[in-house]
Amino acid sequence: MSHDSGPVGREPRSPAGEVRVLTSRWGDGRAHELDRFAELGGYASLDDAFAKNPADLVQLVKDSGLRGRGGAGFPTGMKWGFLAKGTGRPTYLVVNADESEPGTFKDMELLERDPHALVEGVIVSAYAIGCRTAFIYLRGECGFAGRRLAAAIDAAYDKGLLGRDIRGSGFDLDVILHRGAGAYICGEETALLSSLEGQRGQPKLRPPFPAVEGLYRAPTTVNNVETIATVPWIVRKGVDWFRGMGTEKSPGPKLISVSGDVNNPGNFEFPMGTPAREVIMGAAGGMLDGKSLKAWTPGGSSTPLLTADHLDVTFDFEAIQAAGSLLGTAAVIVLSEDVCIVRACLNFTEFYAHESCGKCTPCREGTDWMRKILIRLETGQGRKDDPETLKDISDGIFGRVFCAFGDGATSPILSALKYFPDEFAQHVDGHGCPFPGARVAAGAH
Amino acid sequence: MSTADRTRAEPKETTAAVPLTDETLARAEELIARYPERRSALLPILFLLQAEDGYVSPAGVSQAAGLLGLTKAEVGAVATFYTMFRRRPVGRYVVSVCRTLSCQLRGSREIADALAERLGTPLGGTDESGMVTVEEVECLAACDGAPVVQVNTENYERLTTEQALGLVEALLRDEVPPPTFSAEGSVTEPSAAALHWRLAGLGEPPERLRGRRPEKAGPDQREQPGGEAQ
Repeated sequence: MSHDSGPVGREPRSPAGEVRVLTSRWGDGRAHELDRFAELGGYASLDDAFAKNPADLVQLVKDSGLRGRGGAGFPTGMKWGFLAKGTGRPTYLVVNADESEPGTFKDMELLERDPHALVEGVIVSAYAIGCRTAFIYLRGECGFAGRRLAAAIDAAYDKGLLGRDIRGSGFDLDVILHRGAGAYICGEETALLSSLEGQRGQPKLRPPFPAVEGLYRAPTTVNNVETIATVPWIVRKGVDWFRGMGTEKSPGPKLISVSGDVNNPGNFEFPMGTPAREVIMGAAGGMLDGKSLKAWTPGGSSTPLLTADHLDVTFDFEAIQAAGSLLGTAAVIVLSEDVCIVRACLNFTEFYAHESCGKCTPCREGTDWMRKILIRLETGQGRKDDPETLKDISDGIFGRVFCAFGDGATSPILSALKYFPDEFAQHVDGHGCPFPGARVAAGAH
Repeated sequence: MSTADRTRAEPKETTAAVPLTDETLARAEELIARYPERRSALLPILFLLQAEDGYVSPAGVSQAAGLLGLTKAEVGAVATFYTMFRRRPVGRYVVSVCRTLSCQLRGSREIADALAERLGTPLGGTDESGMVTVEEVECLAACDGAPVVQVNTENYERLTTEQALGLVEALLRDEVPPPTFSAEGSVTEPSAAALHWRLAGLGEPPERLRGRRPEKAGPDQREQPGGEAQ
């Protein structure tokens, strides 16, 4: 690579999919500049919002049916409604921008291309819930997104969109950008709050929920980047417009990240309720090298794998759950026929063993035991009862730990055992991996 | 022992050289003032210490503890929890290769191995000149760009092994090729020290950090933070 040959590796990104809401400014190229963002309709929701009573805004978001885009899918307006009132403490909005679920890259692209969309969402959301100091907890490893978001916040202060008496509304808001330091678990909301308080990022037992006792023991709501960036659209265009997309229980548009063995990996925006086939075989360009599809994650590595038999399942919370998985962050990792499922599980399990915060014994120990068993299977030392042992260990983790991390760690293994039991048996009977050319390597860092 | 006694910084041990001097101490106070509670500034202050010292040194742990009224054990416990806080000095350029599934499907393990071999270090280590550290990391939230390689947290996407080796050759010559989205405004930090300053939340890094060459080359055997008994 020569120094003056320009960037290498890939072509420019362009937005794609079926609708243009969150991605509407992604192709512009200058939307990260405040003036341009405003020309494109940005910050228009502020006047609509400030004309309303905050309680009416919360009701509007409730009526819209918006559900959190960070994985759990909890109704956003209801979450806001749980915030304790009259505590004598401030109310905090904390944006979870710690995107690190394997296969998920929607929030970072949004922040790189359209960072003011988040700032606008923060202002409107903070006004709605009566928050005067908001925090954005942004992953430390994402340099470009960090640069863009910091510049957007600075520009918003310069133009009086943050700080005192925003646009003459009497509403004051400070936004503090706080960088993470490398820990997947900080995407879990109680761990994130611990981290923001200067502690190790370890989850806490709930209750108390953050809405009652969150950051600095004050009422706190933690919302995902995409969720907050969606709020201004609902304020501007209304509930009917929003509910015109998606399904009854999962309304609105959704960013879907697709990676792995497809021809055109990327972020795509679709109405909720779009069939997986349309996303994977359509927008994402179908299978790489004409291979056949073996398995895919609908919502990142923490959601149970689905197979080629599930391509008619639609991307919404209820349909994916009915199919035995979870929408999660709508992050699709596509595996083709030549990927060894045991090795894919090993790759994910190495991730979980590395990222387990260590607080709960079943997760801390169990993820490492599962890692060792998967290595054993891969290297020809597998035992007949290893699949059963993996299920046993998973059973010891699932539902028996403080947070959803442990459940997520069992997802790839349990689903792989469900759909591909023969492949595990082949690893035992054949004394090793039957995929000599498999493209995933064993061995933790 | 009462809580107040325990949380007071230990006065008995004085470190000869503290990482933060008058000017940077003022910046640390600025970080502390930003938050409703002092302790929230711990992660930013650890980044600042790392910008000055190249890693979170035992002296840095002491200084952070003193600034925030914490014990060294409390600071060490936090510093060792997060992968971006370094326990030994890193090179001027930290090359991070994603090892999670979407990237491995596109050859990231081969890249990591090739870079480690070229730099003559195991993954996680630094080449002999002290210029380049290479490590494997978990998902970098850019899976459509697989395989993803970062230099000081800026993305170089869809690289072949040859291109990745070329990138490292350039870094060894102290040249920084433009990152993938340079046309859109992505800029690679000129040094790990500059990156850590920015991560502290203090904006543009000072010139002295931007051009700083590594002082401490190669693998380091010095004491780890948090390793000392309280």
